[in-house]
Amino acid sequence: MIHRYKNNGYNIVLDVNSGAVHIVDDPVYELLGLLGDNCEKIEDECPADILGKLAGEYGENEVCGMYDEVVALHKADQLYSSDDYAQFADKMVSSPLKAMCLHVSHDCNLRCKYCFAGQGVYGGDKKIMSLEVAKAAIDFLIEKSQGRRNLEMDFFGGEPLMNMEVIKSTVEYGRSLEKKHGKVFRFTATTNGMLLDNETSEFLNREMNNVVLSLDGRREVNDAMRPNVGGRGSYHTIVPKYQHFVNIRGERDYYVRGTFTKNNLDFSKDVLHMTELGFNQVSVEPVVSDPELPFSIKENDLPRVFEEYDLLAKLIIERRKAGKGFNFFHFMIDLDQGPCAIKRMRGCGCGNEYAAVDPDGDIYPCHQFVGQPEWKMGSVLSGEYDLDMKQRFAHATVYDKEDCRKCWAKFYCSGGCNANNQQYEGDILRPHTLSCKLEKKRLECAIMIKVALSE
Amino acid sequence: MNHIKTINKQNLKQTAVKGGCGECQASCQSACKTSCTVANQKCENSSNIGK
Repeated sequence: MIHRYKNNGYNIVLDVNSGAVHIVDDPVYELLGLLGDNCEKIEDECPADILGKLAGEYGENEVCGMYDEVVALHKADQLYSSDDYAQFADKMVSSPLKAMCLHVSHDCNLRCKYCFAGQGVYGGDKKIMSLEVAKAAIDFLIEKSQGRRNLEMDFFGGEPLMNMEVIKSTVEYGRSLEKKHGKVFRFTATTNGMLLDNETSEFLNREMNNVVLSLDGRREVNDAMRPNVGGRGSYHTIVPKYQHFVNIRGERDYYVRGTFTKNNLDFSKDVLHMTELGFNQVSVEPVVSDPELPFSIKENDLPRVFEEYDLLAKLIIERRKAGKGFNFFHFMIDLDQGPCAIKRMRGCGCGNEYAAVDPDGDIYPCHQFVGQPEWKMGSVLSGEYDLDMKQRFAHATVYDKEDCRKCWAKFYCSGGCNANNQQYEGDILRPHTLSCKLEKKRLECAIMIKVALSE
Repeated sequence: MNHIKTINKQNLKQTAVKGGCGECQASCQSACKTSCTVANQKCENSSNIGK
């Protein structure tokens, strides 16, 4: 299978099963179109029907020469390479648990209008996680991670900094067990920044491998969607705190992360605004929400969104060439040493190697399933753990998802977000169509950027 | 080649054989928390790097 597309003046061809990327001239682009994206057998000689269609314009010898190049790449397993992956997908077994999203606070000091977590409470009551539950979560993660060295724990909410003392004690507890159990904890935090004072910033900078700082971009965009409890915008409070934080962060990972909605389809301006504020690790993502909500992105918004992604991609190339580059999370792609095919087949790890734990210690497949009783997997306090559900998620590979199996983007998005699949399509194995379309566009831009920067 | 320029020769198939060590970051923990782009994750298995 190949995927060929035109973007920014390039004819780009992705060989899906090998991951090879080529740029081709117009005649070969046309030739590949005649062969088709899913051509399963490449003959040594140019098929007569194709020769007949192209020889008039390009000449027989030239067409044969073009075809020979296609054959050579096919034989090198870099074009129309075979799909040998189903055998690996069939053997997928449940993995050790290695990543946990710890909901230390089901309470929030902002009232973001698109919040998937229902203003932080996930359909329940306001709750703060006790240290007892947090320690039990650490113990559970260590116990269930046999065979894994690197463990991840993300402090999440609601707003996690509303429970800072438990975060500090949990980190201390985790660190105290690393040597004994041969583990390395990689702590991360996702915060709205409202409580990010100097002391907290120093702690997070010291202990967190990555910190995600929420900001939607321009002041008016951010404040329209991210007001505080009193209805006042959060921009003026959080931006100086983020700037201080990033200044002392050094080279360590962070992301300033925003959400764009129907209200700011010109979101490249928000990305640029973030860079002007001094942030060079940026993620701005489309809202995923009930289509009935007024700010939701719908099918008819996609042409405008795609136009904006194209604009942003060109801007990133210009900035990179001028030595003023920044990272836009969804355009980051590693064509050479990215994740292995096994990882790409299963993606996010939700419900399998990744789980979320709520303030009561209840376990869910991921943070987006929290609060839905039918998706409760167990409890870190009782030790109960639904291994059947875990196995179900372990087998949610791109080869188990019918729409993904035949999709060119399957090794880049890895089947999408299982929680969104369930919420909007009714099945973890049925990919959320709108998200797929957005992801494919982002991937096309990401590959194009690589092509442009390789010249 | 006169008509095709190869930008990248990655062969994913080789990484399937030695892959799956599970030490790399869970993608949802990276930045997004809502949507997946797995291909930007770093491989942490030295036996796969460079394949």
